[in-house]
Amino acid sequence: MAQPQARSFDLAWSDVLHADVFLNTSPPLPARGNARAEPNAVRWALIAIALAFLALFLFVPLAAVFHEALKKGWNAYLAAIVEPDALSAIKLTLLAALIAVPLNTVFGVAAAWAIAKFEFRGKHLLITLIDLPFSVSPVISGLVYVLLFGAQGWFGTWLQAHDARIIFAVPGIVLATVFVTFPFVARELIPLMQAQGKEEEEAAVVLGASGWQLFRRVTLPNIKWGLLYGVILCNARAMGEFGAVSVVSGHIRGSTNTLPLHVEILYNEYQFAAAFAVASLLALLALVTLAIKSFVEREMDK
Amino acid sequence: MLPGFHLALGFTLLYLSLIVLIPLSATLAKTLTMSWEAFWAAVSAPRVLASYRLSFGAALIAAAINTFFGLIVAWVLVRYRFPGKKLIDALVDLPFALPTAVAGIALTAIYAKNGWIGSVLEPLGVKVAFTPLGVLVALVFIGLPFVVRTVQPVLEDLEPELEEAAATLGASRWQTFGRVIFPAVLPALTTGFALAFARAVGEYGSVIFIAGNMPMVSEITPLLIITKLEQYDYAGATALAVVMLAASFLLLLLINYLQWRSRRHAVST
Repeated sequence: MAQPQARSFDLAWSDVLHADVFLNTSPPLPARGNARAEPNAVRWALIAIALAFLALFLFVPLAAVFHEALKKGWNAYLAAIVEPDALSAIKLTLLAALIAVPLNTVFGVAAAWAIAKFEFRGKHLLITLIDLPFSVSPVISGLVYVLLFGAQGWFGTWLQAHDARIIFAVPGIVLATVFVTFPFVARELIPLMQAQGKEEEEAAVVLGASGWQLFRRVTLPNIKWGLLYGVILCNARAMGEFGAVSVVSGHIRGSTNTLPLHVEILYNEYQFAAAFAVASLLALLALVTLAIKSFVEREMDK
Repeated sequence: MLPGFHLALGFTLLYLSLIVLIPLSATLAKTLTMSWEAFWAAVSAPRVLASYRLSFGAALIAAAINTFFGLIVAWVLVRYRFPGKKLIDALVDLPFALPTAVAGIALTAIYAKNGWIGSVLEPLGVKVAFTPLGVLVALVFIGLPFVVRTVQPVLEDLEPELEEAAATLGASRWQTFGRVIFPAVLPALTTGFALAFARAVGEYGSVIFIAGNMPMVSEITPLLIITKLEQYDYAGATALAVVMLAASFLLLLLINYLQWRSRRHAVST
């Protein structure tokens, strides 16, 4: 989302400070810019309200995470992070993201290719269905897999007979993560590729490009920033998902705990400093995600 | 003709069915094994009704709060310059990126009796953490970016000439806002409201830490689903899930309609 800061009608600081002078010297008709300006008092009041609201709901909670994490000092902080259960939670979180993100990326590219470059019936329905996981409560995202693979589920008896576990085991966590991050890449690429049209690809086909050459040399360079955007948001959600994995994990320490679940366990055991130490890792991940996202947005606007 | 249509669409439909459609249809199949009486009893028990009131009520109020303040934040970010604006603009998306469990424990720490804000409110007799008010705070947090991000691009694209014309014709700044600017951003504002509401209704992670989770008082519907699951009442949990799915499906239709209408509005002006 670009911030067109240098638009001609945007008032500069000097205009704000000399607003009165500006008025006195202006012709009878309101000058350009002035017609769209509020009085200084209103302006500052609105800025103050916006910042106070954001401070109360965003900046203070963010600061609290790091404050609480370091309450008992650096040593306790590091100890909470390198402790074996925390390390195994980090590993499982990385594993789930490492499976979910590439799968949903391949899906996103395929779905966007079909939807943006071709005409077929039911396209709008398909787009709506792809968005579905966004509007489903995370708890329900976990529940559906319990209904399929749990002990009482459709495939429960079969799984038990073959001594395989999905629920309360790693595959369930991966599945739930795939579900909640399902739309991210597709949702980013569909409008982007629709806007780009298909002339470039058609020209490449006429010139004899193979399918793979076409994708690598023509499509990929056009969508790379949008793709990266979708991938980092998908990754942030994959690593941070709580509700869905909470339902399918069974909370087995050191084996089916992801980082957010580990935070919950520590917190419920009143190990607040340790809980916030692990939480601060996730908060750092969020900040890095936002930084990359801002960078990508700037590149997309170029 | 471009290559890969059948492969891409085939894979899309297969993957969509395996990951989303078949699992979601399992909820309907499970519900169909219940008798109508059992289903009705499960979804209309007093404790369940209290959870709907809280989940939907708090989500509605949170979305309204986010609509009011979101418009101001979007306005300030688009129209004014102030130090740190770019950083603040980037941080608006924090609730999208911050895991909900982290948000939940952070908000609880702040609003608890001895927390930064809780200790100020405590002498005033206002309790936030472990009350329905805490649920509201968490839902405001997670819904915050929606209105800002839907309204921002509309404000950026607003024709300066419209406002200048209004001013030239003698409208006060307030009249210009009410008659020119507000109608233009209204579709985006309602879309943002609906998105924030839909997200808040199903929210779980950030709420359970701060809510206190008292049955009949501060227990949200998603938590009740988990409680039923832990008691191996799969049918009861699924019945509640079906009610929530129906609500989100209606919201999804509404949001699609609102977006379609605002796009049409954008084309016609």
